Amino acid sequence: MLAELRNRLRAESCEEHLLQLFERIEKSELNGFTTLARECALEEARQFDKNPGKGLLAGVPIAIKECISTKGIETNCSSRILRGYIPPYDAHVIERLKAEGAIIMGKTNMDEFAMGTSTETSSFGPTRNPWDKEYVPGGSSGGSAAVVAGGEAPCALGSDTGGSVRCPASFCGIVGLKPTYGLVSRYGLVAYANSLEQIGPLTHTVEDTALLMDVISGHDRRDSTSAEGERHSYLPGLHDGVAGLKIGIPREYFGEGVNKDVEKAVWDGIHTLEGLGATWQEVSLPHTRYALAAYYVIAMSEASSNLARFDGLRYGLREGEDKDWHTTFSAIRAQGFGPEVKRRIILGTYALSAGYYGRYYLKALKVRTLIKEDFLRAFKDVDILASPTMPIPAFKIGERINDPLSLYMADVFTVPINLAGVPAISVPCGFSGRLPIGLQLIGPHFGESKVLRASAAFEAATAFHEAKPEVI
Amino acid sequence: MEDVIIGLEIHVQLNRLKSKMFCGCSTAYHNSPPNSHTCPVCLGLPGSLPVINKKAVEYGIKVGLALNCKIEEETFFYRKNYYYPDLPKGFQISQYDYPLATNGHIMILGDDGAERNIRINRAHMEEDPGRLVHAGTIDKAKYTMVDYNRCGMPLLEVVTEPDLTSPKEARAFLDKLKSILEYLDVFDGSLEGSMRVDANISLKGGDRSEVKNISGFKGVEKALSYEITRQKNLKRRNIKVVQETRHFDEIRNVTVSIRSKVGAHDYRYFPEADLAVLRIASWVPAIKSTLPELPDAKRERFVAQYGLADDHAKSLTSEIKLANFYEAAAARASPKLAAVWIADVLKGELNYRDLSIESFRVEHMTEIVQMLETGQITEDGAVQIIRALLDKKGDSTSKIVKDLGLGKAEDDVVQRAVREAVAESAAAVADYRAGSERALNFIVGMVMKKTRGKADAGEVHRLVKAEVERV
Repeated sequence: MLAELRNRLRAESCEEHLLQLFERIEKSELNGFTTLARECALEEARQFDKNPGKGLLAGVPIAIKECISTKGIETNCSSRILRGYIPPYDAHVIERLKAEGAIIMGKTNMDEFAMGTSTETSSFGPTRNPWDKEYVPGGSSGGSAAVVAGGEAPCALGSDTGGSVRCPASFCGIVGLKPTYGLVSRYGLVAYANSLEQIGPLTHTVEDTALLMDVISGHDRRDSTSAEGERHSYLPGLHDGVAGLKIGIPREYFGEGVNKDVEKAVWDGIHTLEGLGATWQEVSLPHTRYALAAYYVIAMSEASSNLARFDGLRYGLREGEDKDWHTTFSAIRAQGFGPEVKRRIILGTYALSAGYYGRYYLKALKVRTLIKEDFLRAFKDVDILASPTMPIPAFKIGERINDPLSLYMADVFTVPINLAGVPAISVPCGFSGRLPIGLQLIGPHFGESKVLRASAAFEAATAFHEAKPEVI
Repeated sequence: MEDVIIGLEIHVQLNRLKSKMFCGCSTAYHNSPPNSHTCPVCLGLPGSLPVINKKAVEYGIKVGLALNCKIEEETFFYRKNYYYPDLPKGFQISQYDYPLATNGHIMILGDDGAERNIRINRAHMEEDPGRLVHAGTIDKAKYTMVDYNRCGMPLLEVVTEPDLTSPKEARAFLDKLKSILEYLDVFDGSLEGSMRVDANISLKGGDRSEVKNISGFKGVEKALSYEITRQKNLKRRNIKVVQETRHFDEIRNVTVSIRSKVGAHDYRYFPEADLAVLRIASWVPAIKSTLPELPDAKRERFVAQYGLADDHAKSLTSEIKLANFYEAAAARASPKLAAVWIADVLKGELNYRDLSIESFRVEHMTEIVQMLETGQITEDGAVQIIRALLDKKGDSTSKIVKDLGLGKAEDDVVQRAVREAVAESAAAVADYRAGSERALNFIVGMVMKKTRGKADAGEVHRLVKAEVERV
């Protein structure tokens, strides 16, 4: 799709194309975009029309999640505390996108500081699911998923700390990849839980995801956790098929708690891959049931520290009269953070406190090691793993927001992947009523090629990615 | 004398490094406008990430080795979480478990004149916070300004065991540490705020107080002396010393309570996942091979090689620049004489003018020692040449000698002056013969006057005595 769009833009007018998108966004009820970089994007489009570049994404518009630093464009993580913060620098991925000619359209809505599964914790209000506006788009990259699914942007970047790319991809019926930890530089990604998160693409097709990965992946010396090695292309061999591919079905990812429609769609998907020449076998990831607890302890602990810098002193929210230091920064944080962010900061602060550190944080790190070992063991026998991305289809806006625990539970199949640091993709595999369902394919560390190849084969054999929601 | 127990935590800026601890910003921020040496990383802007300055870790290991520490197999960084305006991330990247270096020791001269072994608990790396600037004093200023230029400067925190027993010993330890750091060429102590000290102090059996952030070695001595007096007074009145953090007010020379243990911080240390574990054991051999001769070793060598008195050797090796100056002079002039003139005279003249050894050229020193050796100038003359050079009244020793008429007078001139003076001083000669040895001084004075100070006073005294006894 993107390759085709790139050629079309060269033949037609990039400015015209962008104007159409902006018009669509203006009329939209999705609330997917928070900040539009309209003038800047149109100027770049005019430049492109005059003198089209040769980059991999020359002229291609892209939407960027609110938590990725964009020079000159407000980056506020959908939080009140960062309103008005305009970064003086671009994230590594933004530099890469610009270097390949992409045009930044604007920023997309998210759960505040990426803390959520529904994009309802945003200070901009919830984003709506293009398939049914009463439903959530998933989260936390709900804005990015909704604008792609809703035809407001051809592609987007999100970030995935515990499922935040895959969940909204699944709920919105598009493709979303969480790369191996270290494959994409986090330089410029505003940290929520820095040992877990990666930036990942949200696109209509697997090939588009592969193309975006070609652009954003690779070593960056400004991120010390960035993997070294040659830049890799995921496009060659993408359509080589799945003949002989061994798929593991983790038994802990099916059964109780999984919606029947979801379970059926995922099994249908597995059988489709089988029909294409893959084989499958059941495997076990025995520590799965501890993953959610470990994930939330680690994520909240890291968040309590990562979000400490928001004190209103240098940037962001500054309200009321300055009093002494403690009073002033406390008041700013009390006003600036929403309830879910406060909940996680407080829980994380508690988990790291003297006397509790060993009981919670260190124990969670041990569980994390066990979960990683589960995956390493499974990948000795199989090439990739298949599971539902989410145990349920999208739920209604407001339905779960007052029940944080049930929201946390929805992440049960996505968080183990972040704990292990392995890559996983969500591809559309069916519908429950009007609402899309996602198939999650998980690969070993740096096994993106395998995951993308299987996804491409699945996509070629099915039509779910071609279905479009009826939106204005 | 009550037993005093002192332990020090010394924050050393590794300011000979070119860039900051976790970003590429220059460390040369002194005399720059506030907040001009900053970037997204050291300002902790959302999304920025730290990258370890490997050279800083090498410098840290170098210091660890010089302090006779054990270097850990691997080391990593932690986050120390607390809120303060000078800390833009809301945490400081520091170390906790597995610091760079542990269990070291250095020797200092104790109060009793004997060498004392002071144990080093650990040395760890961290980033310096920014700097709060107050208009006026900290308790009277209406508002606080923050300068982040210092933010992210590479710091090495050296922690001693509570082995020091007096403010003077604390001072001796700091002098020794500074000397070692400068020998290693990792530290320039002349820059403001380059070394800051937290001192823990207690009387035996009592609780301790911690005096934070004292800058300057004199400040440490004063703050500790004040604390000893304060704690002794409390004890005398049967009041318990409260375990607390105190601030040293340099203007009033007192310490004031800023935080009691009740409100103590829980820093919630946890590993910094943005930085990798460093396996440093393998770095050690290469770093060890670059270690220079350290002060104690150099002192011993000076005694052995140049036959210096231990005092002179100690004085000359206290600063690397001074030691190098001495060795350059000793290579071309009498080592013993050079030692006396540099350690006893030049150092004093420099201190008096608040100058460093760099203000004096080693060629000048060599020439002066040579002239003394060959008797071309008197000791008085040598002192005058040194002063003239330091006071910029000339830059050639021979010219100064000529201009100030410092050349030693010819013997016959002296002889003639002696004969004249004795002939002109009948009364003094009579007094001498009557038993007054002091009467000769009058005649010596006359000779010195006649020769305009160019004669050697000792020599003149001998000649006068001989002449008086002859006539």
